[in-house]
Amino acid sequence: MQLDEIQAIFFQECEEGLATVETNLAEVRDGAGDGETINTIFRAVHSIKGGAGAFGFEPLQCFSHHLETVLDLLRTRELSATPDLVGLLFAAFDVLSDHVASAQSGGPAPADAAVLARLEAAASGGAEQPADASAVPVAEDGAEEMDFDLDALMADIDLPAEAPAPWHVAFRPGRAAFDNGGDPLPLLRELEAIGASVLSLDLDALPRLHALAVDECMLGWTLAVPGTIARADLEALFDFMPDGAVVTIATHEATVDPAPEATAPTLRATPAPAAAAASKDAPVAPAAPAASPPPATVPDDGGKASGSATIRVELDKLDRLVNLVGELVITQAMLAQRLSLHGVGAIDELSDLDHLTRDLQESAMSIRAQPVKSVFSRVPRIIRELEAGTGKRVRLEVEGEMTEVDKTVVERIGEPLTHMIRNAVDHGLESPEDRVAAGKPAEGAVRLAAEHRSGRIVISVSDDGRGIDTAKVRAKAVERGIIAPDANLSNEEIENLIFAPGFSTAATVSNISGRGVGMDVVRRNVQALGGRIGITSVFGKGSTFTLTLPLTLAILDGMVVSVGAQTYVIPLAHVVESLRPQAGEVRRFGPDAAVLDVRGDYLPILPVGRLLGVEGSCAEASAAVLIVVETDAGQSILMVDGIQDQRQVVVKSLEANYAPVAGLSGATVLGDGRVALILDVETLVQRQRGDLALGLAA
Amino acid sequence: MMQTILTVDDSPSMRALLRNALAGEGYAVTSAVDGVDALERLEDDEDGVTPDLVITDINMPRMDGFGLIEALRAQARWANVPILVLSTEFSDEKKARARSAGATGWIVKPFDPVKLSAAVRRVLI
Repeated sequence: MQLDEIQAIFFQECEEGLATVETNLAEVRDGAGDGETINTIFRAVHSIKGGAGAFGFEPLQCFSHHLETVLDLLRTRELSATPDLVGLLFAAFDVLSDHVASAQSGGPAPADAAVLARLEAAASGGAEQPADASAVPVAEDGAEEMDFDLDALMADIDLPAEAPAPWHVAFRPGRAAFDNGGDPLPLLRELEAIGASVLSLDLDALPRLHALAVDECMLGWTLAVPGTIARADLEALFDFMPDGAVVTIATHEATVDPAPEATAPTLRATPAPAAAAASKDAPVAPAAPAASPPPATVPDDGGKASGSATIRVELDKLDRLVNLVGELVITQAMLAQRLSLHGVGAIDELSDLDHLTRDLQESAMSIRAQPVKSVFSRVPRIIRELEAGTGKRVRLEVEGEMTEVDKTVVERIGEPLTHMIRNAVDHGLESPEDRVAAGKPAEGAVRLAAEHRSGRIVISVSDDGRGIDTAKVRAKAVERGIIAPDANLSNEEIENLIFAPGFSTAATVSNISGRGVGMDVVRRNVQALGGRIGITSVFGKGSTFTLTLPLTLAILDGMVVSVGAQTYVIPLAHVVESLRPQAGEVRRFGPDAAVLDVRGDYLPILPVGRLLGVEGSCAEASAAVLIVVETDAGQSILMVDGIQDQRQVVVKSLEANYAPVAGLSGATVLGDGRVALILDVETLVQRQRGDLALGLAA
Repeated sequence: MMQTILTVDDSPSMRALLRNALAGEGYAVTSAVDGVDALERLEDDEDGVTPDLVITDINMPRMDGFGLIEALRAQARWANVPILVLSTEFSDEKKARARSAGATGWIVKPFDPVKLSAAVRRVLI
């Protein structure tokens, strides 16, 4: 594995770790946590710190170290989780997230001095000190508890002064040298490798043969070690020697006294081969208790929040599986169709296969499914930032965060969700004073919910703020020429004008909501995913944004239609209704343009056959089937020859298999093996409207 | 014969780093995600191949490094396996704790491959 791959794993861990930290911090804040909650947070931060060190992300490592210190004090109950401290931890979490992001992007490290100072104050001052930035000397920067590397320091001191003189090292590993899997032999080898030579072998402690215990080390050595080795490095070599080992390091001038207070063996011995040192092949220590069962749990155990058993799979493999299952579904449909042509369509095995295929498809899809939690968990931070930026106070309620949806959909929810949340807090909620004046609690409520509804995921963001002033919106829409002054619109239609292109809320744009793109772009992005976004509102009571998305982008509910000899699929998300016009309902103007009077609205008719250059398609609207579709640009009508079916189709990418084609969003393979192209209704309608406008202008 | 090292760490990146560094030194590397997993792997090992060295993290869910070491040392066949513990800091207190749990030595994180293999060489025969 390459280092950058390992690094990618590390960032994935960071992401998971951050999510864990945030979730558990929320538990602590709400008083729902226990000792294990802090432990879990500590472990997550600790892991981030460890990895950061390993990959050389020093700012991240340093920051997580300070956060970890505070968490450790919390864990050992030297600090208690006061609201101030929890607030600080949340602030630190935000900075930690920024550190991870900057480590990942290679960007500059975030400004963390203020939070660092607060963390240090919390760590050193304990609970008594207010965790308040203003009360903390920022400049001191932890002089008192600075981390320093003693070894390095000693090396610095010793190296110039002592370099030339060789070291005399007296080393007696002691009886316990073989305990805990230890062995002096590798150390002797290492000493040899750095140029040490044995001056004398000390056999004084060696007992008589009958008293010799194979698991005890009775030998001692006096060695000369080159003076070029730093004392600290030399000491470090003996670091693993157990208690009872005696190591004396001196310059050659100094007297070497090997064992003043050693384990004091009293038996004199006849000289024996030094082989006793190499005893790894000897039988295991008889002293060790015979196979007592290992403790099933250890004190630190909790199991809680350690997550369910998971396996990491490359997305490519998963996509391949989903793709193959898609092919299977198509093949199954083809088989069923062919069999039914031969009159054997009604056999049990075939319907079993049908069920199995569908189950398999659902299972395969569910592997790609992820809870929206990963996106929802970012919301508290957005809210906190908004609170800080607007001075409003917000209580966030979250529901249905475990609702699952395809990974690609999860990944694209973030942006519209951020907008909805910003809108709710920035535009929806009033200031605390206004709220109190209106008889509402000073703290505004924002409710974020997700649920499955008829094969789609519905995400809603509600606030209990001021709601939409339809009169104001209407006035603005008129002012911007989006609607005619005398347009007859329902309240709902007026509310949804905020999604209209060009309806910039410039007059009320703050540096919060105004930071991103307009709601019209949000709506377009959502629709590109086959979703819809809408708003309902009660003036004075609050608003609800509703985002509806398909659960997967790999399968599409479509209406299968014929145009000439071709078959097309119209995504059902666009379809409002289908109708066969009565003679006289179609109004023509110009040679090519026609509209249909649908309950008082004149909707443009788009002849799909002519738009896509299909020969032999029905040219006369009165003889065709008209399908009313909803698009960004309002409703339009697609004219097709007939409707074949309404069903789920497996979406195949045109880009991946051929090339992007304007007006088509993909392709699918039908039960009879034919390829049907999926219409990109949005583009078709926009293009046609553009042509129409051009035609009229000309 | 190739010497086998079992690495125990809940962080996949740390496991990968250890594997990379140790495999590069010519060791066979196996890994476990926490103490419980390590014990299970060792118990289930049908060939009865005892790793020549265990390197374990301390902070892990389910069973931490100290718990793992104590559990291993409680069984005769694991009593003499060298065990190195990995941690970001080693105070004297922590060293004593590791030692009394039965650790052979320790590696301070972050480690570079040189430091790691030095520590490994110091306990592997």
